Amino acid sequence: MLKNRLATALIWLSAVLICAVFARLLADMLLNGVPRLSWTFLSTAPSDAGRAGGIGPIIVSTGLIVLVAVIAAGPLGLATAILLSEFTSPSRRFGRLIERSLEVLAGVPSIVFGLFGNAFFCIYLELGFSILSGGLTLACMALPIMLNTAAAGLRAAPDDYRLCAAALGISRTAALLHLLLPAAAPAIIAGLMLGIARAGAETAALIFTSGYVDRMPDTLMDSGRALSVHIYDLAMNVAGGDANAHASALVLMLLLFTINSLATCLTRHWLRNRIMTS
Amino acid sequence: MTNDTRDTCNRADKLNDPENAYTLSPLQAGPPCCDPEPLLSVENLSLHYADKAALENISLDIYRGCITALIGPSGCGKTSFLSSLNRLTDMIPGCRVSGSIRFGGLDVRAPDLDVQYLRRDIGMIFQKPVPFPLSIRRNIELPLREHGMRGQAEINDRLQQVLRDVGLWEEVKDRLEAPAQALSGGQQQRLCIARALALQPKVLLMDEPCSALDPIASAVVEDLIKRLQGRYTIVIVTHNLAQARRIANYAALFWMQERGGRLIEFGRCQQVFEAPAHHLTAAYVSGRRG
Repeated sequence: MLKNRLATALIWLSAVLICAVFARLLADMLLNGVPRLSWTFLSTAPSDAGRAGGIGPIIVSTGLIVLVAVIAAGPLGLATAILLSEFTSPSRRFGRLIERSLEVLAGVPSIVFGLFGNAFFCIYLELGFSILSGGLTLACMALPIMLNTAAAGLRAAPDDYRLCAAALGISRTAALLHLLLPAAAPAIIAGLMLGIARAGAETAALIFTSGYVDRMPDTLMDSGRALSVHIYDLAMNVAGGDANAHASALVLMLLLFTINSLATCLTRHWLRNRIMTS
Repeated sequence: MTNDTRDTCNRADKLNDPENAYTLSPLQAGPPCCDPEPLLSVENLSLHYADKAALENISLDIYRGCITALIGPSGCGKTSFLSSLNRLTDMIPGCRVSGSIRFGGLDVRAPDLDVQYLRRDIGMIFQKPVPFPLSIRRNIELPLREHGMRGQAEINDRLQQVLRDVGLWEEVKDRLEAPAQALSGGQQQRLCIARALALQPKVLLMDEPCSALDPIASAVVEDLIKRLQGRYTIVIVTHNLAQARRIANYAALFWMQERGGRLIEFGRCQQVFEAPAHHLTAAYVSGRRG
């Protein structure tokens, strides 16, 4: 009996602890960030090294970097996920090779991705410190998580669909398009969201690739400062930048939260028309 | 000597020789109810999963317009036999098939055969009803469009016709856009049959189509199968001997032996059940073995 109670107490304690950490974090950000939040803050350029002014150009740069990452990693991830789940199996050498590569890729520290991105995109491909370099580096980072989630979703689609579609003389492509992809859509979107979250939260890899410049970017070849880099800079390098750092962090959280909810809503709506479960 | 007794003698002779391919000649088969012309001819079919033998040297004719029941204990290769007829075995990694299967003039096992076309002619119904997660209408529309039917009017006609054929039209005509997975188990199975019929197949392979259904739904599906007899050539795997007896014209008993599943006895349903030639058949149909 005592053992049971002890176990129950421990489980509750850990749950409360986790909630407390989150609450503390959120409270800190809300208390320090909300008073600074305004339309002016969101739309104007930073001044005095970010101590004053807003984060307009930085939001735009962040958006562009994430967009580049998603456009590059999304189709590639989905295509590879389809290959992994439908056309090869982990028991085959080729499938195993891809899975191993992904595991390694997923475990690489972001600073290493930063160095790689700098060496490959900025210098070798001569893209320089640019939004494009940053986005492509983030694409490499987000790829494993997008791909794994999508592949898991496709594998979870009932085998019966594949068999039944084949028995009706439906081609594999059509079965994939009409049955398996819609069935796996929630997982694919979830993977995309996780990827965006990872990309949006990344700092280390971006310092080396998309750079520090906090002006409004004109093209993808311009350097652009991402929100996370801005927060890092304000918090670590700029004395008196704490208040704006808090506000920027709040904006980043809200942004990710909005993208996430929006995607969930859209998927649900799309699925209602596309696929029907009881 | 009458025809019947001579048949039984021949059969017994053949069974004494285990290597003998057991196929009824048209004369012996000649049932009053249907044309004893073989539509599918299987010869020396063997099937292996990796290094495990599932079927060994099966030879069997499936007669046009008749219902052929495959009976036998679980794991004796009935389902494997069924899936080799429409080449669904292609989808199983490590599955090797040898022997010959002829469907009309077509060599089913030819490597360059268009399996999509074959599977359109040889439909299959599974044990568990698998409605696609689409609306009732889309479930039938999807394979039709896949096979090149474009006109909406034509599709609607076909849809209504097959849903009537399976007795589902009155039940679902007002909710064709509703999800198919919201139908009851028996309705789902009938929808799956309608979906297969929509492609106007010549053969229907049914893998225990009633065993996942409750007794009433099962009876409805059984009646439906009975009604399809003559229009379609049906091969049905069933563990329900009473059902096989009620609906089938021919019965084939499969049994697992050392070198894989073997065909023990094949004949007119009545003969297999009432005057089995082989002792295993006698034991199985009377419930002493299996």
